[in-house]
Amino acid sequence: MTIEAIQEELIDEFSMFEDWMQRYEYMIELGKSLPLIDENLKNDDKLIKGCQSKVWLNSEMKDGNIIFTADSDAIITKGIIAILVRVFSNQKPQAILDANTNFIDEIGLKEHLSPTRANGLVSMIKQMKMYALAYQTQHKN
Amino acid sequence: MSFNLQKIRNDFPILSRKINGYPLVYLDNAATSQKPQQVIDCIVDYYSNYNANIHRGVHTLSQEATDAYEAARQKIQTHFNAKEAFEIIFTAGTTHGINLVASGFSEILKKGDEIIVSAMEHHSNIVPWQMLCEKTGAILKVIPMNEEGVLIISEYEKLLNIKTKLVFVNHVSNALGTINPIAEIIEKAHRVGAAVLVDGAQSCSHIKPDFQKLDVDFYVTSAHKMCGPTGVGILYMKEELGNKLPPYQGGGEMIAEVTFEKTTYAGLPHKFEAGTPNICGGIAFGAAIDYLNNIGFEAIEKHENELLKYATEKLLEIDGLKIYGTGPNKTSVVSFNIEGIHPYDIGTIVDKLGIAVRTGHHCAQPIMDFYKIPGTVRASFAFYNTLEEVDALVNAVKKAKMMLS
Repeated sequence: MTIEAIQEELIDEFSMFEDWMQRYEYMIELGKSLPLIDENLKNDDKLIKGCQSKVWLNSEMKDGNIIFTADSDAIITKGIIAILVRVFSNQKPQAILDANTNFIDEIGLKEHLSPTRANGLVSMIKQMKMYALAYQTQHKN
Repeated sequence: MSFNLQKIRNDFPILSRKINGYPLVYLDNAATSQKPQQVIDCIVDYYSNYNANIHRGVHTLSQEATDAYEAARQKIQTHFNAKEAFEIIFTAGTTHGINLVASGFSEILKKGDEIIVSAMEHHSNIVPWQMLCEKTGAILKVIPMNEEGVLIISEYEKLLNIKTKLVFVNHVSNALGTINPIAEIIEKAHRVGAAVLVDGAQSCSHIKPDFQKLDVDFYVTSAHKMCGPTGVGILYMKEELGNKLPPYQGGGEMIAEVTFEKTTYAGLPHKFEAGTPNICGGIAFGAAIDYLNNIGFEAIEKHENELLKYATEKLLEIDGLKIYGTGPNKTSVVSFNIEGIHPYDIGTIVDKLGIAVRTGHHCAQPIMDFYKIPGTVRASFAFYNTLEEVDALVNAVKKAKMMLS
């Protein structure tokens, strides 16, 4: 599935909810399906800076696609990273770099997009794109 | 004036805002307080009618601005019962005041001298002293606290000796709300000849310290936690210490005479007030103090204690909720966690319900390390909060708990 198709799917799923509470509950639910980072990798190198809660993010290359795994000690944050992993994992580096993130607004989580927001959603996206850039550069060399 | 809560709330325009469709419940007063119309009007009046630079011009506007600024200084002197108005130095806030003193002591301290801080300090009262110790070779010692979040005075006594030059302690802990026994701390420090700096950022909106009675050497606080504007505060220093301490910053305003060979510094307070100060801020700080005194600190304390007691009781009814900072003397701050739930998650959900609390380590990581927690949810109440707002908080926390567990 392309990044756009997954984003459309998420927009569809979130459009079923009438209020923020249901959206948050669903996001928390999605957090439970997050492909978890290996416990041994939960070190400072994998921590994303700029979050009030801890977020660990790992990436690896498999058949030309980047596979993300992650975890967080806060469950709302875990839901957010789970959404991002669903969108960006198992994709080509260039596709990740080209992707926009307007869908976050459309699924009603706009407030998390502010760069000053302590949950670090913006930092998470930045980190994922950084990984994509690194793999792409490696590949070209 | 009698304590009329509705009338007081009407003074604060921001309290009628709605957040996410809910009436704002502002419980982040330990971070900054809201501003009454009287203070807002004072700021507008200054810029509309008598904005000018002070202490320089002979023209009427400059004179008016200077008079208002100095009148504010006197108001602050009277409020805190300082002996002299010139012992009140205007600063940019508490952190600025602490750094000013630390910088001065960097030229006074010698290798092997000792300074003492408490285990419940804000980062702004730890980092400058660590920097000072690195620079001078002085040694930093820490007064430990117990599980209740109360300083262990018998341990403090053991730390004091002839090498102790300075003791730094907050009057009230920002993360726990504990009121520290500063009179006792000061008295014991003085017995070994050490000076004491008290960080009053968290105390002055709740209690009214008497500088002369406390015999405190340095006391710092910020206007913005006392219904005044941001970017202004005071550093009180006893006259003899102020004369000993070297100036912090060079510039205009702080000199008596300048030639290229030598500059003679001005006396207190100007020696420490280089450059054009926050004139409007100083004047508005005076207006904020008038506002608080008009309500009266006795009435403020009484109402806030009622809020604290009610909030503590109601929150503790929630299963798995633990309060940090359970000492007998507290300001109206409740720092808590619910077992198994990250404080950040609770903060996010209650914000969606219109309630402003703080989550995180509150710039006091050593306290979080002590309790082995990543942070807390902190609700901090002001005199304009209501018992109904406590109920709103408790209901929101219950809702958050339901969603998150």
